[in-house]
Amino acid sequence: MNAATAIDNDVTWQPLCRTADLVAHSGVAAWLETADGPAQVALFFLPAADRSASTPSKLDDRPHEIYAVDNHDPFSGANVIARGIVGDIGGEPVIASPLYKQHFRLGDGRCVEKPEVGLRCWPVKLDGDRVMIAA
Amino acid sequence: MNKQRLIVIGNGMVGHHLVEQLIAHNATEHYEIVVFGEERHRAYDRVHLSEYFGGRDAQSLAMCDADFYAANGVELRLHEAIARIDRDANRVVSDQGSYAYDRLVLATGSYPFVPPIPGGDRANCLVYRTLDDLDAIRAAAVNANTGVVVGGGLLGLEAANALRGLDLDTAVVEFAPRLMPMQVDTEGGELLREKIEDLGVQVLTGRATREIVDGEASFHRMVFQDDKVLETDLIVFSAGIRPRDALARDCRLEVGERGGVVIDDKCLTSDPAILAIGEVALWNDSIFGLVAPGYQMAKVALATLTEGEETFRGADMSTKLKLMGVDVGAIGDAHGDRSPGARMFRYLDEIKQQYRKLVVSSDGKKLLGAMLVGDNGYYDTLMQYYSNGLELPADPASLILPGSDGVPTLGPDALPESASICSCHNVTKGAICASIDAGAGDLGAVKADTKASTGCGGCAALLKNVVDSELEARGVEVDQSICEHFAHTRQALYSIVRVEGIRTFSELIGKHGQGLGCDICKPAVASILASCFNEPITDAAHVPLQDTNDTFMANMQKNGTYSVVPRVPGGEITPDKLIVLGRVGEKYGLYTKVTGGQRIDLFGARLEDLPSIWGELLDAGFETGHAYAKSLRTVKSCVGSTWCRYGVADSVGMAIQLENRYKGLRSPHKLKLAVSGCTRECAEAQSKDVGVIATENGWNLYVCGNGGMRPRHAELFATDLDDATLVKYIDRFLMFYVRTADRLQRTSVWRENLEGGLDYLKAVVIDDSLGLGAELEAQMRTVIDNYECEWAGALSDPDKLKRFRSFVNDRRPDPDIIVTEERGQLRPA
Repeated sequence: MNAATAIDNDVTWQPLCRTADLVAHSGVAAWLETADGPAQVALFFLPAADRSASTPSKLDDRPHEIYAVDNHDPFSGANVIARGIVGDIGGEPVIASPLYKQHFRLGDGRCVEKPEVGLRCWPVKLDGDRVMIAA
Repeated sequence: MNKQRLIVIGNGMVGHHLVEQLIAHNATEHYEIVVFGEERHRAYDRVHLSEYFGGRDAQSLAMCDADFYAANGVELRLHEAIARIDRDANRVVSDQGSYAYDRLVLATGSYPFVPPIPGGDRANCLVYRTLDDLDAIRAAAVNANTGVVVGGGLLGLEAANALRGLDLDTAVVEFAPRLMPMQVDTEGGELLREKIEDLGVQVLTGRATREIVDGEASFHRMVFQDDKVLETDLIVFSAGIRPRDALARDCRLEVGERGGVVIDDKCLTSDPAILAIGEVALWNDSIFGLVAPGYQMAKVALATLTEGEETFRGADMSTKLKLMGVDVGAIGDAHGDRSPGARMFRYLDEIKQQYRKLVVSSDGKKLLGAMLVGDNGYYDTLMQYYSNGLELPADPASLILPGSDGVPTLGPDALPESASICSCHNVTKGAICASIDAGAGDLGAVKADTKASTGCGGCAALLKNVVDSELEARGVEVDQSICEHFAHTRQALYSIVRVEGIRTFSELIGKHGQGLGCDICKPAVASILASCFNEPITDAAHVPLQDTNDTFMANMQKNGTYSVVPRVPGGEITPDKLIVLGRVGEKYGLYTKVTGGQRIDLFGARLEDLPSIWGELLDAGFETGHAYAKSLRTVKSCVGSTWCRYGVADSVGMAIQLENRYKGLRSPHKLKLAVSGCTRECAEAQSKDVGVIATENGWNLYVCGNGGMRPRHAELFATDLDDATLVKYIDRFLMFYVRTADRLQRTSVWRENLEGGLDYLKAVVIDDSLGLGAELEAQMRTVIDNYECEWAGALSDPDKLKRFRSFVNDRRPDPDIIVTEERGQLRPA
């Protein structure tokens, strides 16, 4: 891994997987080794909107978006967040847990129904055909 | 202008209601108001007192916020009992001081009557009236195993329920020959006794307690008139209430012979400076022991204090209750003994333990009273007939007979303006309409404005119907948007998809919605698309729409593993296939269980094992069972005429035919069918969305039944059908449901909300009244023709299989799934 590590704005990026591993508008799970031990990461990929859609809405002008949050669901204790449904609440992207259906904001991991609970988030970006994560 | 001082003695529900009304009508501009409450707690909801043992605390039972009185300039003096009234000096006196008044309101309520039984004042002889009483009962119950309630009326049964909730072996002792003698007659009383006894509460009626002495095995021994005895650790007296009129007696206000402060139509006592309201007040020789009349008196008192015009004209004592889970309702002259010439209808079902009685006028046109035990579902309609003097249908018995079709249920439109919707706050339909006209745009606004349905809450369903109907009548779009991303109902989205031929979610949300969608609209649209076009749900455009169960074509369990259910049409399976299921279960460490739908569920499959498990199942000839989908689940069957000596048709054959026909049909909710081979109905078809029962002459078709959370008997839809007609009707029925139902609405609820009911449904399906028959059949044909096993499709497509990895960058399985062994099988640790 070290060979591919790059320094970018004081953040250490490491490659996590290939962009081909992502599923548009949905999630996949990846295994991440960090200094604090391993973690399961749920990756969500929202490709740029299809500009041909006839009625533009406020989300239509966004670029590709990718988010990395905990795959571990704090409510059920199971590693299932990547298997939830992606959506938005009031324009803010969220993931719904597939077990008990709580929503977590992809931006900061906060649970919408119970804000004292949250998922960890990692900075993540696309670099060519690679998905890079800062951990 | 100098304010007058108004003193209210009593901070119960009625006293509080008066203060609330005074504040709402700005009477605080003329009065300086002081309220005295003897209890520690500010006014609380005594109607729901029993919930105190069910987890509600004083705070949640309180009638208002802690600062309500202070914030409105009213002085509330709790825990201060008034000892006497000095009418000559216009003062009230407590042990803390003496307070002058200009006007005085007595709202002291009532106290529980304790019969004068020797020993009735022993320790652990308690009453049930206040929160402090309940605390005392709870404390005494700690060292008790058994409890007795003396009194089998409304409050007595509530007290008995409370004792039961404290895990005491509970008995009720009633002096009268039956329970709730005021509300029900002999038949009703017997039924009530059975129901209460079924709950494990002993019921002793016709028993007068002679004395209470030391017990041998328990703390007390109750000795009855006939020398029989009952031992118990704890006794709660709940033998009726008496007005708390001592203050009035002491200052020589006029009181009734049997108690109660005499008031006139303006709620004035014999001293015009003093009013009385609620259970302490005696009007026309009657005490009103319900909250609704108390609130009406409070309204009248407000008028009297503010020079208004309202008068008290008595109150209706009709009531519906749920006591220990048992419905009891009494309307008007429920016994029929106050109405000369009255006629009665009675219906008694000893199996379902239901009893209903109608008391009607001699010409059979007006409802004078009614009595209900076991099912209060009939109450609202009967109450509207009674309170509005509506003319009864030609056969009044139809109002209390079970499930009879064409019962003239009163829609909200049929109610006159004067119809009382909420009797606690005396809100009429007219008042609700006025509130809507004044700008209240939804149910919440109407409730806040009129207070309707904020008392006992019994009118909640009726209120919602009236509000919805009135809003609709005004052309207000009642917001039935499926979610924030689509301002459409499921039905509207369905039509859009059909008419515009839209085939993907992104196209639909681009043209008719906004945002990214969510976990509500995405699966709903996925289901609509599947019902219309039946493209594989594993296609790239559909994958992000599915719940995880649809995505991975298995049912996620609580530890993140899945259960696998192959289809077993009609529940018929060869020994070879059974062996395959056993082998697969063994190989992948799966927990196996037989389902209620006559197939076998394999639990604990890891995500990455699903493809190889299904590879083996497909090789053995299995197909996906759609247990994960909102779609056809199973067609259950009995073994039928091929083996059974009673069977009159091949129920297994028909079940297999139907299951293979409708497998893969995506619908608003899951669908369950069953086929029975004779009238003994071993397949329980009458609890299914579609039930088929063989007759000597063909098949009887039943629809819209349900088991589960809200059981509903299916209704007979058509009789003695041949195979082709049966299939045609089911095709049309199912597709009509798919088109018109709400998201996650089972056929049973859909049917109950269907305007025109069963007759309408028959007209559409059998008589083709909408001319839709051919179209519905053609659409079903499309779904059937496009069926393919989703698992077979997924296994042949490497791209789809990529999803079945625990981690996209690592081959290890999820290390956090841990299992343990129980009864020879694995389960989540």
